[in-house]
Amino acid sequence: MRYTISLFAVLAFIWLANSGHYSPLLLGFGLLSVVFVVFVAHRMNIVDSDSQPLHLLLALPGYYWWLFRKILRSNLEVVACVWRGSKSLKVSLKPASARITTSLRGDLARALYANSITLTPGTVAVDIDGDEILVHALTADSLEDLRRGEMEARINGLGVLKKSC
Amino acid sequence: MIESVLVVVSGLALALGCFFMVSGAVGLLRFPDFYTRMHAAGITDTLATFLIVGGLMLIAGWSLALFKLGLILLFIFFTSPTASHALAKSAQHSELRLAESRAQYPEPAAVAAVEPEIAVAADTADRI
Repeated sequence: MRYTISLFAVLAFIWLANSGHYSPLLLGFGLLSVVFVVFVAHRMNIVDSDSQPLHLLLALPGYYWWLFRKILRSNLEVVACVWRGSKSLKVSLKPASARITTSLRGDLARALYANSITLTPGTVAVDIDGDEILVHALTADSLEDLRRGEMEARINGLGVLKKSC
Repeated sequence: MIESVLVVVSGLALALGCFFMVSGAVGLLRFPDFYTRMHAAGITDTLATFLIVGGLMLIAGWSLALFKLGLILLFIFFTSPTASHALAKSAQHSELRLAESRAQYPEPAAVAAVEPEIAVAADTADRI
């Protein structure tokens, strides 16, 4: 039930923020469409803790802040690569790909991990196969960085698996 | 006073964002193969978009436009990894498949083998 309410609240907020018209007729249409979407989501069985991770609400902003700083750093590294002269570009650019094993359990945790890898410039998660994520990286250093597992530990620290209902 | 500071900061953010956009485009042209080019496109996905939309948010003032810009930023950050992953995965299913055993990716032989084909295709296109 709480997931239904939170989905309703999110959809209503998006509708209100995007419409800008607050006459009774249009508000009624908005209510109708929000109720319809909630109904369809129920029929698709996607209203659960995976689509509405309410138990992460307090922990996520801290992770996003860390991820944002990480994105900033790796962006600068990739930009530095872009503007190198063509000789040092060949030297500094060492593309590598490897399968990185992860100990994360659960779809949500793995999706979060793989999407964080892809969102960080210089590393792209290509495929997930069992416990292994195939990662392609612009430099071998960033692969090593992933292997050290700081990102994984932070996602683990969020308590993604804790089912709170 | 505060408004002029906001305008200057937003101008700076927009200029920086443009610089990163151009960097991403230059990287897209300079990097040697498909996968590395995808990394260059990642700059435009994240930092450049953040700086440009953030710069616009600073001068939007407290209005509905501010919320909408925030939503745009949020959706771009949610959807761009999905798009990159779809690109990488479809490349993985095609001829650009990553070598499983080799850790080092760039294969000059493979690149050389692909390029003549493209040249041939361009030739036929010219004739048509």
